[in-house]
Amino acid sequence: MKTSPLHLNVPEPTGRPGRATDFSYLHVSPAGAVRRPPIDVLPADTGDLANAMVRVLDEQGSPVGPWVPTIDADRLRLGLLAMLRTRAFDARMLIAQRQKKISFYMQSLGEEAIATAHSLALEPGDMCFPTYRQQGLLLARDDISMSELMCQLMSNEHDPLKGRQLPVMYSYKRAGFFSISGNLATQFIQAVGWGMASAIRGDSRIASAWIGDGATAEADFHTALTFAQVYRAPVILNVVNNQWAISTFQAIAGGEASTFAARGIGCGIASLRVDGNDFLAVYAASRWAAERARANLGPTLIEWITYRAGAHSTSDDPTRYRPADDWQHFPLGDPIARLKQHLIRIGAWSEAEHEKARAEIEGQVVEAQREAERYGTLLDGRIPPLASMFEDVFKEMPWHLREQLRQAAEQ
Amino acid sequence: MAAMTMIQALRSAMDVMLERDPNVVIYGQDVGYFGGVFRCTEGLQAKYGRTRVFDAPISEGGIVGSAIGMAAYGLRPVVEMQFADYFYPAYDQIVSEAARLRHRSAGDFTAPITIRMPTGGGIYGGQTHSQSPEALFTHVCGLRTVIPSNPYDAKGLLIASIECDDPVIFFEPKRLYNGPFDGHHDRPMVPWSERPSSEVPQGHYTVPLESAAVFRAGSEVTVLTYGSMVYVSEAAAKESGIDAEIIDLRSLWPLDLPTVIESVKKTRRCVIVHEATRTSGFGAELTALVQERCFYHLEAPIERVTGWDTPYPHALEWQYFPGPARVAAAMRRALEE
Repeated sequence: MKTSPLHLNVPEPTGRPGRATDFSYLHVSPAGAVRRPPIDVLPADTGDLANAMVRVLDEQGSPVGPWVPTIDADRLRLGLLAMLRTRAFDARMLIAQRQKKISFYMQSLGEEAIATAHSLALEPGDMCFPTYRQQGLLLARDDISMSELMCQLMSNEHDPLKGRQLPVMYSYKRAGFFSISGNLATQFIQAVGWGMASAIRGDSRIASAWIGDGATAEADFHTALTFAQVYRAPVILNVVNNQWAISTFQAIAGGEASTFAARGIGCGIASLRVDGNDFLAVYAASRWAAERARANLGPTLIEWITYRAGAHSTSDDPTRYRPADDWQHFPLGDPIARLKQHLIRIGAWSEAEHEKARAEIEGQVVEAQREAERYGTLLDGRIPPLASMFEDVFKEMPWHLREQLRQAAEQ
Repeated sequence: MAAMTMIQALRSAMDVMLERDPNVVIYGQDVGYFGGVFRCTEGLQAKYGRTRVFDAPISEGGIVGSAIGMAAYGLRPVVEMQFADYFYPAYDQIVSEAARLRHRSAGDFTAPITIRMPTGGGIYGGQTHSQSPEALFTHVCGLRTVIPSNPYDAKGLLIASIECDDPVIFFEPKRLYNGPFDGHHDRPMVPWSERPSSEVPQGHYTVPLESAAVFRAGSEVTVLTYGSMVYVSEAAAKESGIDAEIIDLRSLWPLDLPTVIESVKKTRRCVIVHEATRTSGFGAELTALVQERCFYHLEAPIERVTGWDTPYPHALEWQYFPGPARVAAAMRRALEE
């Protein structure tokens, strides 16, 4: 047999600057088309759900099919406001970064439904192990003030993390939000450990792990799947597939030959692939997975399909590696527009109310920033005291750090 | 009190802590039903059940990563790396996560975990069952690195490590598991029962962290060492007739510096002995500290006796291993000046 020379496959997205993306690779299922099995489904029998796409809202904003969740209009309005708050907060902090009041920022534009709807689907005491783009988990809650988050972003005198972390690397144990690490994927297996601990202690609380499409290539992702299945850990394994890891298309992480949800099937984990811009679908799938976890049925892997509408961070320019208008052509649309359309359709919202809410939230964000800036910004040097650098390295400061603190103070 | 080997003493420490603290869980490769390849956890699963003592997949990163999550929940996990040579896949979780969690979250989350690992050579383990990687941990801020040299200390230090609220890397010199090996590999093994340090209380006690021990008092030269090399240094002193003061560091970092300084200022000479490779080894840090604090008391250059800067060999194990003859030669050099 005649063979051609070997050829290395390096995946490329269809779209690049000046060349439109062919989004047919997403294989979007029609709303309502995917079945909803009982929570005690055998993981091996969820293969179809890992390859299709769970969707609830149709093009007209009507909820259709077996995944329509039980959620009242009041709660949906809360969700819409949480998304609006997240978007307004992000927009304002991008400006603050341009003004050099903060050093760095990461927005979640276009993917707000995932964290906010998931947050509403969890119970008090559950613990999320987020990445840097799940600020919606916090902004959907009423117990974390925006000004306190901004103090962290500004590394100022009221920064609860004492200026030790990059902006957005929040830590809120009291809000079920684990300390964010800049080392990708490490939190995924930690979340499984937290869930194992809850099971060891006979608790009822569950863990929720977060990772992006790109970081699923890390060993910690695969390890987490193994541990979660082996110990049937009460954990939701969220993969936010927003198509891009900085400039790298999701196919470079292995998204071309199979879905990320399908990774779970091979590990014996019930797995879903879900429209991440459909607030109702996110809520429904999150509830399904949370119920499974709480019923000792083990982990669920959910791949959320969305699009990173903004830059990766304030340090990159996406027009250098993808079409500038890509998001406008993304088939799953804008999560805020879609939930708004639904609420208006069921008579629970109006354009006027939407505009009023948006303006009110923007005012609240401005007010929160004014409050936070009272304690300083990166511009004015009102940063935490020198000693705080040496504190918390150990529980008690050992001799060598006491000595180095003295030296640092003398220099 | 009962005479215990180091293995029995370590097992007793874990037994005591499983009994006392429902938040203590123990897991690792083969540690459950089988009781570990070195038998340190033998019988503990039968006594405390499969949710307290259990087997883990072969994934050091997964074992440490999950332990950090458990600690964030409120447990106090004690995990085993089957050999210190195998911890490398867990390094990111140890360095970037466990060691810094308290600091980066300003105390919101902590990682009170103990990571046990058998260290050192002398068992014909070749390059993947013989390494002494302690310097890769002493270099990392936020970690405590501990290494006992006898059954009594092993139990007391392991209990102190488990109770400590900082992450602890707990090295177990595997050549000492069954006896105080002194580097004479061609002689019959001496059992622990011949040493007073094998007398170990059954119940709870601690040996404080950050505390070194004067293993052998002496006047001519100070030997700073730890783990198996304590007995190698003792043999070197005995065989050379040199009156060496041997300091067993026990906690490498944070270090008990006053005990080190006091001894070096007294003897005015210093030999540093470890089995690990030399360059950037923990001996380099000890050398710097002694130089900074004792320079005007020193009568001779500080000597280092270490493993060579090569992968740990198989056939040439005893040419690599820093035995009593090499330690004695270094003591003599330190005395010649």
